[in-house]
Formats: sequence, structure tokens, C-alpha cells
Amino acid sequence: MLFKYSRRTHAFILGNKTIRWTVIHILRRTGKSSPEEAKARRFAEVALPHLDAAYNLARWIVRNPQDAEDMVQDAYLRAFKSLDGFCGEDGRAWLLTIVRNTCYTWLHQQRGQALDTSFDEEAHSLDGHGSVTALDQSDSNPQAIMLREADRRWIHRALERLPLEFREILVLREIEDLSYKEIAAIANIPLGTVMSRLARGRKLLLECVRRMNEES
Amino acid sequence: MDCSEAQALMHGYLDKELDVMRAIEVEEHLQACRACQEAYHAHDTVRSAIREQATYFAAPEYLQGRILSALPVATKRKAIPRTLSLTWLNFGAALALVSIVTLSVSLYLAGPPQDEHLTEEIISSHVRSLMADHLADVASSDQHTVKPWFNGKVNFSPPVNDLTEQGFPLVGGRLDYIDNRPVAALVYRRRQHLVNFFIWPASHDQDSPAKILSRQGYNLIHWDHAGLVFWAISDLNPTELRELVSIIGRANGG
Repeated sequence: MLFKYSRRTHAFILGNKTIRWTVIHILRRTGKSSPEEAKARRFAEVALPHLDAAYNLARWIVRNPQDAEDMVQDAYLRAFKSLDGFCGEDGRAWLLTIVRNTCYTWLHQQRGQALDTSFDEEAHSLDGHGSVTALDQSDSNPQAIMLREADRRWIHRALERLPLEFREILVLREIEDLSYKEIAAIANIPLGTVMSRLARGRKLLLECVRRMNEES
Repeated sequence: MDCSEAQALMHGYLDKELDVMRAIEVEEHLQACRACQEAYHAHDTVRSAIREQATYFAAPEYLQGRILSALPVATKRKAIPRTLSLTWLNFGAALALVSIVTLSVSLYLAGPPQDEHLTEEIISSHVRSLMADHLADVASSDQHTVKPWFNGKVNFSPPVNDLTEQGFPLVGGRLDYIDNRPVAALVYRRRQHLVNFFIWPASHDQDSPAKILSRQGYNLIHWDHAGLVFWAISDLNPTELRELVSIIGRANGG
């Protein structure tokens, strides 16, 4: 027998010599492992639980499944590379920040597709300065537009068409159920801006839904 | 609070993100102002409508596997356990075996420092002797009790000295097991510090001078003399440990 395994010291004994840096630890799945394996395991613990959140955000930002998958895969690769810099506070916020940045970088690269193409032809009446002015006016006027039951079914499509800066905040708030603080960290904006974008986003959404219902 | 301020803050109120004072102010305004109240309800319905109507896009099932297989490490074993084919498993196992053998042989050739291994064993034995209330099999400060006790238990006669006069009273002796052989262990005390002396026959007759080590807060001194290997270990400071070692050395003509 070439090797003897010492149960006491968990080491291989070869002749009179003992091989200390125990190969056994590499073999033992529950025990200590190589740094690479440890990193992979930590990554799986930190990042993988948030795969749905990552995909959901990417899907709402880029608005089609294939690109969203690519974004998420790319983001996870980036996350893996920067895992050492993550000190373990909030894995979801950390990952979503990377997902968002990945999406933004990709959107910027898409020439001819400006960032605020969020509104397509059907909803262009809400796009541009006109709507903002209109909204500013309604801001100072508490006159509310109520969401009627018939409008509700348009919510998803309306949200898809909302400008990205409002859409992503609403998605993080209402669908991902994140706090203002988390959203501020992910979108890299002040807390107050989170609130004002939510205010503007909800208002825009309401108008959009009503218009869609009337047009249908 | 006026309406424009209330309009700005009502979203924070809606999302329960305002501090208590602000929340009370908004609440008071909403109770007093019908228009703002309507706006508040409108936003509330939008909020709940999004939560009910907007799709949560869950990641497709294959995406996790895709992500893991694209990572610059092989985590496939964990990621896609059921789809890994037997051939690849066999190949992987064979590869692992070859790597282990290669690694083992290279480690053997590289020769892990024998002393290092021994040092670890000495430290473990020392710590065990303090922990498990098993300091001495024969507890006596009388060298004429301790020395004969080893007869028939080890195939050599360890030098035992009572050093009470020199400030190191003998606590006792015990049988220990180090480097795959039974060894004699003598215990001396200096104030609250205990010193373990491990002694066993050397594989050669040459004497070697004392070497001093420090590991994990313990000080160790080892030397070979008259065909015996000596290891002293303690949490005692190096100076006093050296003093004890030189006293023992002198007592045994070293």
C-alpha cells in the first residue's frame, strides 16, 4: 500500500513521512476547500438567491426576454469578478446595482436608441416636455385622477412604456418591494429623488392608463 | 403644511417611509384637505394596481445553469447535478485521481518539513495534557518515584530531576504518544506555568544544539543529547524556559 491514511491527524502517511497539506480537505465536500471553490460557494450563497430579482429588473429595463437574459448573465459574471470587493451587507442591493449598471451600459451602446425611447408611438403623447409641463401643472393642483377598475388591466403595458427613470424606480418599489434607501443605493440617487420619481411615475402611469383605456 | 408640500410628501407617507413627525403632519393635512385626500387615494390605487397587475418576471430555469457554466471556475458539479453525464463524471474522477497522485508525490518529494509536523504534534500533546486533566499518570515531585514508573512502559530510561530548589518543582510524569511512538513526558511547574518535557530515543547518536521555536504563543526548545530527543514546551517566557533547559542539561552532563 502506497498510502496510509491516518484518521487521527487526517493526513496521508507515505512511508515514514506524513503529507500534511491534506489532499483530503480538497476531497471532503463539507470540509475546507480551495480558495477557488470557497469563492464559488460564497458566490452561490450571495448572488444566486437573487436571480429572480436580477432577471425581473433586467427584464423591466431592457423589455425583452433575450436581452434580459444576456444582461443577467453578464451582470453575474461581473459580480463574480468583483465578489472580493463585496463585504456582505446586502447581496440583493449589490447584485441589482450591478444588473442595472450592466443594462445601462448596454443601452448606451445601442446607438440610435436613446435612453428615453421608453415611450413608443402609441404613448408618445406622454413623451417629451409637453407631458412634463402638464404634470408640473397638475403637481400644484391636487385635482386627482382616479384609477377606475376598467383601467387596471392596462397597468402592466403602461408601466412598460413609462420612461426608464420612472419605470425602474416603480419596479424596484412596487414589484421588488424595496425600501427608499435600497432603491437610492441601487439607482445611485438621493432619497428625495426616489420619492419624487415615485410621485412623478405614479402620476404618469395613471394618465397613461386612462389614455390607453380611452383609446381602446 | 400646504398642498404642494403634502403632494410631495404623500408618496413617502404612502410607502411608510416618512419619519413619525412628518407622517403626522401629512396625515393631518390629508384629513383637512379633500383634494389631497383624493390624490392620495388615487396614488394608492395605482400602487396596489401595479402590485396586482404588473408581472414579476421570474428567471427562466435554465438561466442559473447558463450563468454558472459561464463563470471562470468549474462549479458545474453543484449547479447541474442531474444533467452531468456519467462519462464526464468518470473522466473527472480519473483526472482528480491523477492530480491527487501527482500532488501527493510532489509533496512527498518536496518533503514537508519533518520538524514542522513534529512541532504541531508537540503543541497538540501539550494542549491536550492541559485540557483533559491528564497532566500526569504518576503525580509526584519525587524523582525516585517518577523515574522507575517509566520502567516497562518505554524502552528507555528518561532522565528525571527534581528541580524544586531551582524553582521548577516536578509535577509528575506520563506516557504520551508522539511521532508514532510512545514517549516519556515530564511535567515541571514554574509559578502558574506548566512545562511539558517530551523525551524519546533519537534515531542517531549525534548531539544537536538546542533550537528555540515560538508557535501559537508557546515557546518550544528541542535538542538531542546522549541518544535521546528532548522537546520542552510551555507558555513560560523564553528566558525562563531556557533556564530550565540549561539546568536539566547540566544535571545530565550535557
